[in-house]
Amino acid sequence: MSLTRREFVKLCGGTVAGLGVSQMFNPGLVKAMDQAAQKAPVIWIQGQGCTGCSVSLLNSVHPSIKEVLIKIISLEYHPTVMAAEGELALEHMYSIADEYKGKFFLIVEGAIPTADKGLYCRVGEIGGREITMHELTRELGKKAAATVAVGACATFDAGIPGAAGNVTQASSVNKIFNADGIGTPVINVPGCPAHPDWMVGTLAHVLMYGVPELDKNGRPTMFFGRNIHENCPYRSYYEMGEMSPTFTDKEGCRYELGCKGPYTNADCWKRRWNGGVNWCVENAVCIGCVEPGFPDAMSPFYMAV
Amino acid sequence: MSGCKAKQAPAAAAAAGGQKIKVAVDPVTRIEGHLKVDVEVKDGVITDAHVHGGMYRGFEQILKDRDPRDASQITQRICGVCPTAHATASVNALDDAFNVKLTTNGRIARNLILGANYLQSHILHFYHLAALDYVNGPEMAPFIPRYKNNDVRLDKQTNQIGVDQYLQALEIRRICHEMVALLGGKMPHVAGMVVGGTTQIPSADQIVAYLWRFKKVMSFIEDEYLPLIYTLAGAYGDLLETGGGYKNCVSYGVFPLDDAQNEFLLKPGVFTEGKDYPLDTDKIREFVKYSWFKDADTNKHPSDGETHPQPEKDGAYSFVKAPRYNGKPHEAGPLARMWVTNPELSPAAQKAGFKRMRDFGDKAFSILGRHVARAEEAYYVAKAITKWLQEVKPGAETYSKSEVPEKGEGLGLTEAPRGSLLHYIDVKDYVINKYQIVAATIWNACPRDDMGQLGPIEEALVGTPVPDPKSPVNVGRVIRSFDP
Repeated sequence: MSLTRREFVKLCGGTVAGLGVSQMFNPGLVKAMDQAAQKAPVIWIQGQGCTGCSVSLLNSVHPSIKEVLIKIISLEYHPTVMAAEGELALEHMYSIADEYKGKFFLIVEGAIPTADKGLYCRVGEIGGREITMHELTRELGKKAAATVAVGACATFDAGIPGAAGNVTQASSVNKIFNADGIGTPVINVPGCPAHPDWMVGTLAHVLMYGVPELDKNGRPTMFFGRNIHENCPYRSYYEMGEMSPTFTDKEGCRYELGCKGPYTNADCWKRRWNGGVNWCVENAVCIGCVEPGFPDAMSPFYMAV
Repeated sequence: MSGCKAKQAPAAAAAAGGQKIKVAVDPVTRIEGHLKVDVEVKDGVITDAHVHGGMYRGFEQILKDRDPRDASQITQRICGVCPTAHATASVNALDDAFNVKLTTNGRIARNLILGANYLQSHILHFYHLAALDYVNGPEMAPFIPRYKNNDVRLDKQTNQIGVDQYLQALEIRRICHEMVALLGGKMPHVAGMVVGGTTQIPSADQIVAYLWRFKKVMSFIEDEYLPLIYTLAGAYGDLLETGGGYKNCVSYGVFPLDDAQNEFLLKPGVFTEGKDYPLDTDKIREFVKYSWFKDADTNKHPSDGETHPQPEKDGAYSFVKAPRYNGKPHEAGPLARMWVTNPELSPAAQKAGFKRMRDFGDKAFSILGRHVARAEEAYYVAKAITKWLQEVKPGAETYSKSEVPEKGEGLGLTEAPRGSLLHYIDVKDYVINKYQIVAATIWNACPRDDMGQLGPIEEALVGTPVPDPKSPVNVGRVIRSFDP
């Protein structure tokens, strides 16, 4: 392999703003992923979510989503993009899960509701029997080599569907696996949505080198290892006590507008979003979407805490 | 429909001799969310249909007692394809409840944010969700497996054009998201839509960056998207006569063109049983007899709306409520808006003899008619973006300051790419006392109402030919034409 794990992590973490995961112009890296992965089978399932993480994945720049689909993974099941539908789609998914038992990768987007027999999320039917997200997550989770939970809904406290007031008992992958004693490793790639680089970079690491180094919340440290506020380009305003009095006044720190950067660990401050054109703090405030407890712990979003 | 000629090869499995068979598609893929459909087929034609919405999160309960300003962030998470539409409906409701007036630049910045995502959503929908019903993808996952008898009728060369455009459209829709993010912070889920306007004053650099990207998107719409749609309309002519439905339309209006918000690019209006009416939102009611909600929640205007889930209710089959306008089912989305507004169409349509949307007549209400309307709407919105880019002022204020009121009520109307969207907020003691959402897709993907009237997609399915029940490709085609 032309690239060591160490070099890969360095590339991921050292991203130049806007260049995507690891300046993946690096042909050595694409080659390494190409060879190592051998188009690993991936099954992507969706629970209580908005499809925003899937849409965010489509925003991957380097490698482009086209390269990801054609060269890196074999996306055997994904409700939003796959040609097949109905029983044809489900039968294919189950046959891949059996054929590649212990070898395929499971990606879970969306929360898993457990109240009322899991009936708040029904994901399909086979032989006339309805399958719930709760049932599907456990069944595939047991067979997968590793599970990547993407987005706020599938991680920690189940994001918006898991917020105070919810009646569906929305749960994260970790909670479902723990309750059922499923030992398959879980990697949390939170965010609302997750950044495409976080998803592609994590998946690439898993395919080539196994589970990456994780923090105490199960997040890859290469993306979630540093605090937004401490690294914020507007930090000097904070040091000088200059606070933005209103959203559109950019000459100041956004703390008093409610920015949750001080409580949030992610590399948005250098990675930025959508090809590097902007990010939340430059535009408005951080709402802490990658942290456990989101959204309740970060709410009200527009009030300093 | 009577005028429908099935060109598909009749399969051996087709039900003959008046026998009814049930066909279920679950999950319906290439949509946003969880949907199941079952249809009854007799003599190769659908005679009955049930559309089931299989997921509930409970936004209305989750929003209660929160800071009202949080609503524009939280409600965006309803849909990752059209978060900007929920942001728009939400800030419209908040502007109303907070009694705040937008600046001109704030209104235009919001139009540029929402407009860029309209283009993103329509392109994503047609290419990445719908196109595989008409074009065969490469022989690899996720493009296989597919139905054995999937009725793809394009010659090899045209099919390859479709595949090439599918891949090119991945990049084009990503560029649309960059346009949104330039003014809105990031996508999906913009940071920059707040009560009182937007949070970032566009700089000259940002406007140029937006424009540079927009030009690429505009040429894709003119040179690739529209021609491909009209090619498909030629190759699948019978699908311009299939999937008609009620032919009732609702539009709340979107993209305000003046600061008083009296004029809209896509106009508010209703078209019921062949007649045009002005929109009167008092005539909206939601019904729940066949939805998994308590019966007491039925027949309510959104401002008195209640949402009490009951997932094992007898006789119910969906988490979607059934909204009705003046007691009647109405379809919402690009076709409804283009029908109500009836603007001048693209040069491609003019050349084919269709000057305005209504020139298509009944054929507009069909599987491919909806795709034509969507592509034409993308062109129409893109032309308006050209204008807004000239109107937006670099450096001019986009935000009006306001305070959370102790109490207040707000109605937020807009149009999501896929249909009419309503948010209602009631603020009491500085927090959300009640929030109700009548989401775009529920107009189309709803179940029967208390009076027994089918939902618009259900109605459009009835009469649709399914010559081979093992490859019920027309079922998915009808559903996806509504972009649920």
